[in-house]
Amino acid sequence: MTASMQSSVGNPADEKLGMNLTLRIWRQKDPSVKGKMVTYKVTDISPDMSFLEMLDVLNEQLIMQGDDPVAFDHDCREGICGMCGLMINGQAHGPQQTTTCQLHMRSFKDGDSIDIEPWRASPFPVIKDLAVDRRAFDRIIQAGGYISVPTGTAPEAHATPVPKADADAAFDAATCIGCGACVAACPNASSMLFTAAKVTHLGLLPQGQPERDDRVVNMVAQQDREGFGGCTNIGECSAACPKGISMETISRLNHDLLGALRAGARPKS
Amino acid sequence: MKKAVMAVSGIVMVLYLIAHMIGNLKVYTGRDSFNHYSEWIRTIGAPALPEQTALTIIRVVLLAAVVAHFWAAVSLWRQARRARPERYVTKKAVAQSYASRTMRWGGVIVLLFIVYHILDLTMGVVNPEGHDASPYDRLVASFSNPFITAFYVISLLLLGMHLRHGIWSATQTLGQSNRRRERTVNAFAIVFSTILIAGFLIVPFSVLFGLVD
Ligand code: HEM
Ligand code: FES
Repeated sequence: MTASMQSSVGNPADEKLGMNLTLRIWRQKDPSVKGKMVTYKVTDISPDMSFLEMLDVLNEQLIMQGDDPVAFDHDCREGICGMCGLMINGQAHGPQQTTTCQLHMRSFKDGDSIDIEPWRASPFPVIKDLAVDRRAFDRIIQAGGYISVPTGTAPEAHATPVPKADADAAFDAATCIGCGACVAACPNASSMLFTAAKVTHLGLLPQGQPERDDRVVNMVAQQDREGFGGCTNIGECSAACPKGISMETISRLNHDLLGALRAGARPKS
Repeated sequence: MKKAVMAVSGIVMVLYLIAHMIGNLKVYTGRDSFNHYSEWIRTIGAPALPEQTALTIIRVVLLAAVVAHFWAAVSLWRQARRARPERYVTKKAVAQSYASRTMRWGGVIVLLFIVYHILDLTMGVVNPEGHDASPYDRLVASFSNPFITAFYVISLLLLGMHLRHGIWSATQTLGQSNRRRERTVNAFAIVFSTILIAGFLIVPFSVLFGLVD
C-alpha cells in the first residue's frame, strides 16, 4: 500500500507514513583512504523506526543491489551501551538530546535530506564509513577510572554512608555511557566532559578517595597523550550529551586537578 | 597546565583593565587634572623610589601576562587543529555563544589593538598630535578622528565579548563553578563586561561628540 492510498483512508496517524528521504552518508573504505559523502534515497520509512532501523533498511537495499552496506556501530539499541553515535545533520546523535539508537524517524519530515558523518577527531580514527575506533576512551579509563578494592562478598551497604547530594551528583556523572558525542560536538575535539564525568563519579564517593589525586592527574595526562583538544568551556559537549552530563563536572575535574598538583601528585609517564 | 596559565594571566589583565578604566574617567576632571594623573603614575613612591618604579613593575607584569596568555591561546588553538584535522561537512552549533566563538580571532584583534593603542596614546608615535603633546591632547586628537574612534569601539566590543566568555571559562578552569553558581557566574560575566566596556567607551564618544575637548 502506498502512502497516498493510506492517507486517503483518512487516518491522521498514518499521514506521516512512508517518508522519503535523501541521505548523504560518509563512505570511507578503510583508514588509509580518503572518504567522501555519497547520496542515497530511502523510501517508505516509518516515523516509528529508530534512526538505526532506517539505516538497516538502507543496508538491505544496498545488499540487494550487490553494494557494500554502510558500516556503523551499535549494540544494545536501547540507549545504554554507548556504542552507537553518528553526526546527523551536524549534531552529535541528531536533533534530539538522546542516543542515535533512541532517535526516531518522527524527528524528520518527508522529503528531508540528512547528512550522516562519523565522529571526527584524530584520537577516534575512522575504521570504516561511520564506525570509529574509540579505544582512546578505554585508555583514559585505564589511566585511573577505577577504584582498587578487595573482591569478595558485597559489603554491607550502610557501612559507608554517603551524603544524599554527593550520591546524586555521583550518579548523574555515572550515567555517562562513553559514546563520544562530547568529543564529536566540541569545536576543540576535547574529551573533557567524558573524563570529567568519570573523575566526578568516583571522586564524590568514599570508595574513590584513596586514588582521587592520582586518578585526575593520570586521566588528564592520558587524554592529552591521546591527542584530544583542550577544553575552552564552550558547552557544546553538555548540550549534545545523551545523558545530560553537566558542565559542573568539568569545574569539579579542574578543582581536583589543581588540588592534586598542589598536593604533589604527578602523572605516571 | 596551560589553561590555568591562561586563566591567571587573563585575570591579571582584567584587574589592570579595571584600574585603567577608572583612571581614564579622569578626563572629565579637566586637562590639568588628567595630565597631573599621568604624571603621578610615573612618580608613585617618589622621591623614595626612583621615577617610573611602579609603572615599570606594572608594565613588566602585564607584558608577562600578555605573553603567557598568548602562548596558551596559540598552543590550545594548535592542539584543537591537530585533534580535528578533518572537518565536518555539516556542523551545527547548539550551545556556543558568539563570545565563545570569537575568543581566538577576537583575541588576536584585541592584541593588535593593544599594540596600536600603546603606539598611539602611550608612546605617541602614531598619534595625530605626535608624542610631544600632553596626554590629554593626544587623547582628544585621536578620538576626534572618527576612524580611530571606530577602531577603538570595535576592539573594545570584542574585548567585552572576550571577557564575557573568559570570566565564565576562567571560573570553570579554576574549578570554582558548579551547577548552582553557573547562572550567577554567567550573569556576573555579562554585567561586569558591560560596565567595564561602557566605562571605556564613554571617553572616546565624549570626545567625538565634543563633550570633552
Ligand atoms: C593578546 C590577545 C589575546 C588573545 C589571542 C586571547 C585569546 C584567548 C583565548 C583563545 C582564550 C581561551 C578561550 C576559552 O577559554 O574559551 C582566552 C581566554 C581568556 N582571556 Fe584572552 N586573549 C587575549 C587577550 C586578553 C585580554 C587583554 C584579556 C583581559 C583583559 C583576556 C582575558 C581572558 C580571560 C579571563 C580568559 C579566560 C581564561 C580561561 O579560559 O580560563 N584575554 N583568551
Ligand atoms: S546502541 Fe547502545 S546506546 Fe545506542
